[in-house]
Amino acid sequence: MNLEYLVFGVMFVMALGASLAMLFARNAVHAALFLVVTQVALALGFLLQGAFFVAAVQIILYAGAIMVLFLFVIMLLGVDTREALIDPLPGQRPLAIGLGGLLAAEILWVAVRGVELAAGGEDQAGALTELNQDPGNVKALAAELFSRYLLPFEATSVLLVVAIVGVMVLARRIGRVPDAGTGAESASGSNKEGAAA
Amino acid sequence: MSVAPGYYLTLAALMFSIGVVGALTRKNAIVIFMFIELMLNAINLIFVTFSRMWGHVDGQILVFFVLVVAAAEVVVGLAIILVISRRRGTANVDDVSLLKW
Amino acid sequence: MTDLAPYVIALPLAGALTLMIFGKRIGDAAGIVASAAIGVPFLLGLAMLADLLGRHAEERSVIVTAFQWIEVGDFEAAARLLVDPLSIVMVLVVTGVGTLIHIYSIGYMHGEARYARFFSYLNLFAASMLLLVLADNLLLLYVGWEGVGLCSYLLIGFWFERPAAANAAKKAFIVNRVGDFSFLIGIFVLSASAGSLTVGQVNAEAGGMAAGVATAAALLLFGGATGKSAQIPLYVWLPDAMEGPTPVSALIHAATMVTAGVYMVARFSPVFEASGGPALLVVAWIGALTALWAGLLATAEYDIKRVLAYSTVSQLGYMFLALGVGAYSVAIFHLVTHAFFKALMFLGAGSVMHSLGGETDMRRMGGLRKAMPVTGWTFMMGWLAISGIIPFSGFFSKDAILASAWHEGRFLLWLIGAVTAALTAFYMSRLYFRVFEGKLVTPGNLHVYDAPPSMAAALLPLGALAVLGGAINLPGPLTLEVFLEPVVGHSEVPGGIVPWVLGAIALAAGVAGIAAARFLYALPSGQKPLETLHERFSPFVSATQHKFYVDELYGRAIVLPGKALASFCANVLDARIVDGAVNGVAWLVAQSSWALRRVQTGYIRNYALTFLFGVVVAFSLLAFRSVL
Repeated sequence: MNLEYLVFGVMFVMALGASLAMLFARNAVHAALFLVVTQVALALGFLLQGAFFVAAVQIILYAGAIMVLFLFVIMLLGVDTREALIDPLPGQRPLAIGLGGLLAAEILWVAVRGVELAAGGEDQAGALTELNQDPGNVKALAAELFSRYLLPFEATSVLLVVAIVGVMVLARRIGRVPDAGTGAESASGSNKEGAAA
Repeated sequence: MSVAPGYYLTLAALMFSIGVVGALTRKNAIVIFMFIELMLNAINLIFVTFSRMWGHVDGQILVFFVLVVAAAEVVVGLAIILVISRRRGTANVDDVSLLKW
Repeated sequence: MTDLAPYVIALPLAGALTLMIFGKRIGDAAGIVASAAIGVPFLLGLAMLADLLGRHAEERSVIVTAFQWIEVGDFEAAARLLVDPLSIVMVLVVTGVGTLIHIYSIGYMHGEARYARFFSYLNLFAASMLLLVLADNLLLLYVGWEGVGLCSYLLIGFWFERPAAANAAKKAFIVNRVGDFSFLIGIFVLSASAGSLTVGQVNAEAGGMAAGVATAAALLLFGGATGKSAQIPLYVWLPDAMEGPTPVSALIHAATMVTAGVYMVARFSPVFEASGGPALLVVAWIGALTALWAGLLATAEYDIKRVLAYSTVSQLGYMFLALGVGAYSVAIFHLVTHAFFKALMFLGAGSVMHSLGGETDMRRMGGLRKAMPVTGWTFMMGWLAISGIIPFSGFFSKDAILASAWHEGRFLLWLIGAVTAALTAFYMSRLYFRVFEGKLVTPGNLHVYDAPPSMAAALLPLGALAVLGGAINLPGPLTLEVFLEPVVGHSEVPGGIVPWVLGAIALAAGVAGIAAARFLYALPSGQKPLETLHERFSPFVSATQHKFYVDELYGRAIVLPGKALASFCANVLDARIVDGAVNGVAWLVAQSSWALRRVQTGYIRNYALTFLFGVVVAFSLLAFRSVL
């Protein structure tokens, strides 16, 4: 049996299973960890399709940084371990599941049809493999990123700076900074506790 | 013979729907956020699949951007949740219903 | 000279505006300003008359354009004035008699609080009336028509603190409005069928109009005339209009405004002719019946001004009678002489009232001629003129009307006219004998004084004109009839003995009326045949004294339903339906907002659900576009 199929099968089960488990997990930390599993599975999927750089970044960034941040915040807030079983909002759960299922069906339908249509044309998969071999995946990405997608690239860097500044402003607290010699105290930053809450 | 892209798209569709249902069904703000991340992951999978289907790297570059933006978004979003729950003492989104008529 | 015509209108208008704005500051000089504002146009009128006389008869029609007024597509109406014999006669009457009345008012209204405003209104009236008679198209004429109606309202209700005056003004305006409406529809008909509103065009096209159309237009125009000139059925406002100051009664309700209807019918005589009979028949009969009817009503009035008012209605009836038999220039002749003697008598009555502290009831007056010679003798001139006594002006004009009726073969109309002539002489003599002859009687034994100089300055010229005015139509080099011929056509005057016989009959009628009045009211022996007469005919007397209940009839038939309709509209249509609809819309909005606000639950997850719903719908639309 083809190794790729096997790996794909594993990945498929892992990803889907972890997602479903995340859905039913009561504890927030459990949910976060399941999400990590999902992301690792997806990284596997990326690898299978020849997107090596993105797979690595997925692990490093997503599973390694973002999820860690999530866990930090969960711990910081001291989250309730139990979530209530019954949804207080009437109709919310059935409607959500129903509409979600409908959405899934529609996307599936479109995806399958789209693939059928695409399959009618040339199979381009080989081109990607060539790219991966000749300049290499990273180089190919870089070539595109810094030529055609330069502007979005720069914009995202701005976005990141803005996000950082925003978060700093948001999470500022009036804290007491002990003065070195006298032990007197002075407020840091300006006054609004919780800033823009 | 590699796995047909249709399977990947199926997986992505299912993951996305799970993310949607989860985001609407849970009550903890942070958990809702995690389901949103799940949705974004599904999107990433779709982009990579398309990149392989069309044979160029544009899809992967988009994944790149999605990742970065998701990171920024998570940061800001969590900061907000942090501030709100500090104020209110709870992370339950149902408690933030000031705009109720 | 004729191109000065716009100034004839502009000067009184400027006077009115000046007095309205600067009235308080001008003070007593307002009277002089106003009189000048109408005196100068009189001189201009004389100049224009001379101009016209200097031309050949066929050329005596000049059009003076002031400015272009309306020009919309095919329709155009310019501010154009028509100077021809008919309009010049009217201009001279309006400005001449008007100037005298202005001068009279200087004395009469002296000490009045709103002195300047009075003169402002008088000038405005003069401007409107002159616009009316000089207008070259119906639209401009209608502007003047409405203008005099407005000024009539303002002047009747000049002492508006008196409820009677305010009501009289309202009545005048509303009744006039009915007539004006008819007039307006008539203008529409003429505009549609003649394609233009210019006098020349309308009269030229009149011949080609279908008889039915012409009749309709003519009768509609005449409807307006009945309103303005107080004929049946719209005469009811004129007696009540006596609430206004006496100069107003003299100018507007004797000499000028009420004659606008006569002028208008004369001006558009081709239209009336084109109707082939019905229109002029209506005009003549309404005129005759009004003359008789008003004459009867005048015999029962004790208020001297109201007697004169009914007399005016009656004499206007004579004018329409003349118009109706086709004797247009005769009608204008009577218009002129009537202006002289009626204005004279009104001013005389005003002098009496002025001296007696506002008293108008003839039962409280007597023997005033000895005490007020100027007033008394001039009034006598007017009395004799209206009674149709030779050689006074009224005789000639009235005789001409009766003669025309006879010559056109309208014997029944002639009979009504003759009977009314006797009746006229009767009630006028009644008034004269009771007020000016006999023992001196005054309310509260006031010391009476004669008219002050400013008032006498008007009475005397008018007295002279009442006596001599008939001369304008006496056979000679230029009679009024010949002068007006280019405009209104020629009417046959047969020769022979018949005119003399008719003249004698008219004279006899007048004398009979005077004698009857003398018998009933002025017998030196102090007998009282009047009481026996009243007893014998008491129901008739009572009905006459109640003005034949016409006002009551109008009240029941028209005013009451009108008020009911207004009440319905205000209370049901407006308050319930319209307000209900508006409030209903608001109620609907409020109700629906109550229902819809439940969407705002405040829960984020509900909102997210809505997102999802939207996404699903949008996705479906996009994805299944080919399938759907």
